Amino acid sequence: MLRWASPFALRRAGIVGMNRRNVELIAQNNPRALYPLVDDKLKTKELARKHGLASPKLIGVVRQTGQIRQLAAFLKDHPKFVIKPAQGSGGKGILVISGREGDAYLKPSGAVVAFEEVARHINNTLSGLFSLGGKNDVAMIEEMIEFDPVFDGYTFEGVPDIRVIVYKGFPVMAMTRLSTASSDGKANLHQGAVGVGLDIATGKAMRAVQYDRPVEQHPDTGADLSQIAVPKWAELMELAAHCQSASGLGYMGVDVVLDRVAGPQVLELNARPGLAIQVANGRGMFPRIKAVDDLIAADEDLPSDAVWRANWAMENLAVL
Amino acid sequence: MSPKLQLRVIVTVLFVLGLGFAAYKNLLLGFPLNPGEQEQVWTVQAQVQMRTTGEPTRVKLNMPDMTKSLYVVDQGSAPRGFGFHVETSGTDRLGVWESRGPMGDVRLIYSARIYKGGGLPPKRPEPEGLPVPPTFDSVGADAADELLEEAYRYSADAVGFALRLSDTIMHAKEDANVRTLLGEVSTNKLRAEMIVSLLRAAEIPAHTLRGFTLGQSKRAMDLETLVELWDGDNWVVIDPRTRVAGMPAQFLPWQSGDEFLYEVEGARNSKLSFSVIEDQISARSLAIQSARNNGSSALYLSVFSLPVDVQNTFAVLLLIPIGALVVVVLRNLVGLQTSGTFMPILIALVFTQTELITGLMLFVTIVGVGLVIRGYLSSLNLLLVPRIAAVLIVVICLYLAMSVIGFRLGLEAALSVTFFPMIIIAWTIERMSVLAEEEGMRDVLMQGGGSLFTAVIAYLVMTNNQVAYLTFAFPELLLVVLAVILMIGQYTGFRLSELRRFEPLSGVK
Repeated sequence: MLRWASPFALRRAGIVGMNRRNVELIAQNNPRALYPLVDDKLKTKELARKHGLASPKLIGVVRQTGQIRQLAAFLKDHPKFVIKPAQGSGGKGILVISGREGDAYLKPSGAVVAFEEVARHINNTLSGLFSLGGKNDVAMIEEMIEFDPVFDGYTFEGVPDIRVIVYKGFPVMAMTRLSTASSDGKANLHQGAVGVGLDIATGKAMRAVQYDRPVEQHPDTGADLSQIAVPKWAELMELAAHCQSASGLGYMGVDVVLDRVAGPQVLELNARPGLAIQVANGRGMFPRIKAVDDLIAADEDLPSDAVWRANWAMENLAVL
Repeated sequence: MSPKLQLRVIVTVLFVLGLGFAAYKNLLLGFPLNPGEQEQVWTVQAQVQMRTTGEPTRVKLNMPDMTKSLYVVDQGSAPRGFGFHVETSGTDRLGVWESRGPMGDVRLIYSARIYKGGGLPPKRPEPEGLPVPPTFDSVGADAADELLEEAYRYSADAVGFALRLSDTIMHAKEDANVRTLLGEVSTNKLRAEMIVSLLRAAEIPAHTLRGFTLGQSKRAMDLETLVELWDGDNWVVIDPRTRVAGMPAQFLPWQSGDEFLYEVEGARNSKLSFSVIEDQISARSLAIQSARNNGSSALYLSVFSLPVDVQNTFAVLLLIPIGALVVVVLRNLVGLQTSGTFMPILIALVFTQTELITGLMLFVTIVGVGLVIRGYLSSLNLLLVPRIAAVLIVVICLYLAMSVIGFRLGLEAALSVTFFPMIIIAWTIERMSVLAEEEGMRDVLMQGGGSLFTAVIAYLVMTNNQVAYLTFAFPELLLVVLAVILMIGQYTGFRLSELRRFEPLSGVK
């Protein structure tokens, strides 16, 4: 049955709608010139390296078809790696290699991949098969993330990541996105992934939704979603806060994955993060946006370091 | 000034300009707000035919007068070799053609557009003194006396007297006195002239008024004769046949009293004939006509000053902002998803040519079949540009196939498939296909459905008569549309769809 809320109730609940996001958050805080920094993952990677943001290490970049010939020798010392298009969208064109079998490569699923197939994948990437609008692209080769076991049993096929919304350098809201069978292994909420709102102070699960409606258990694995607690939360918050000073974007989504050893790693930045995170958190974003604006308006000499901002957010925003 | 304040100022200025200018055109120039009012107009032609012999030739034609209910716009024209001008003397208007030495048959045409309402009748002077009484022979004088006496007895004033007289003369044909005066055979014209003579004999100033009643289109109009008399205060027209006083509403007077109808010098075998063409025009063009006749400068800078074919282009172009407004409202206020921002407007424009249902079916068929074929192409791992080019060719083949098959099956409507801009269709198929791969069929149906719904709404609004008329006759209203779009541009409230999407959160404090 269709149920409708009154706009006044939504306003009272502090919900930010699409129009407000576009006019007040994105247009006023994200200069267009900065978009390439986040739309091109190679530039994002460069940014991360320059500013010391934890991020999967870049092993190499294939820019031209000619370089593929040297690739076999180059990859000799790297048994595990990930190939992705720098301007890919929606997770298309990502090839994960988790080991070797003789001269051939192994996917995490155990499937054997010949070098020719890897070469063809890179060739397709270069010619723009996976990139937005079909532009020519480059193929990035990154170190493979060893996922922290905390999410074991919580995902179906896909990669569990943590999305943090960072407003003017303050992490204001977070959730983890768990792929499901109906989302086809993708971590996109409107395709059926489960979104679990995380307490900004502790990283513990608060509420879970699928298709904008509350759920208790993962629909495929049956795992109890309320038990999720993200480790190294403070570190993750600092990393997210740091991304703002590095990129200059005032309103951004930071996608983080947890490496078993290295901890939180920035995977991607997003200049147009969606609003589903409010549904996953069960609360509107606006009071937190306002708290940050009030803080900045009240005091011009705020400490500029990301650690302070992350701590302030963890202490003050969770209750809003 | 903050951007927000600037925007408010701009929006206000646009509103005031747009509405103000539209109001000016409506209130002061008489541009109607409604296209529905069809007005009757007539084109009247008087044609003088004659044979010229090389002598200097001058033709004078009495021109029609306005009445309170008819407005006359002259469109006198001169054939080659003739000069044309209008002479006025008193209440008379004469069209004069002159030429130094024409040879052969010549046809001179005076034409006029006649609109209903608002005419300015010429002001006839009061009669000077008593009319010259007519002379009757002795038998006629007795008959006239009896007629006058009888009419006098059954009337109270000059008009009533004239009507009573008309009654007898026009209808009591067996009356001995009437037969004495007019003989066995008589025309309406002669009868009317007799009424005038009798009125003058009774010392009432009177004359005939000749012209014709505007009705349906007719070649070779016959002139009718009315009687105009002085009732002591005013000139009053009576129609002797119907015995009604007052100028008939659609009577166009061409010649009165002793004026001549036309006069030819220097030519022979002249003949005058009248024809009338009846026309229905929308009030819109009427307003334009009268604005043009008033020499309005507003018209000088309007769409109507352009050549007709360009006007037609603008009639379509001026609708596009309305479609854009529909898209803006549906996307930003309702929250509908569409594939491509303004693709729905283009589809709506196509619908205006194919009719809605046909257009919808064709669109769904083409895009559906296109998607299936494109799905196969994608498994071939083609590069983007060759892929789109391939889709484009597939689309053209589909057009051809649908047209041929449809035509063979007797579905002529299928032929209108070619109205769809194929580049747009090819891109739509491509985008939908990528969407299907990346986000799934659910998104394709949502966006495709949203686009079609938007296109249908845009179509319905754009084909609305009133909307089409207003955008064309009042292009300044575009400023208002612009203002509304700018206002929506800074709207930060919720979209209708979000009231549902965020409904689970509405209970939160």
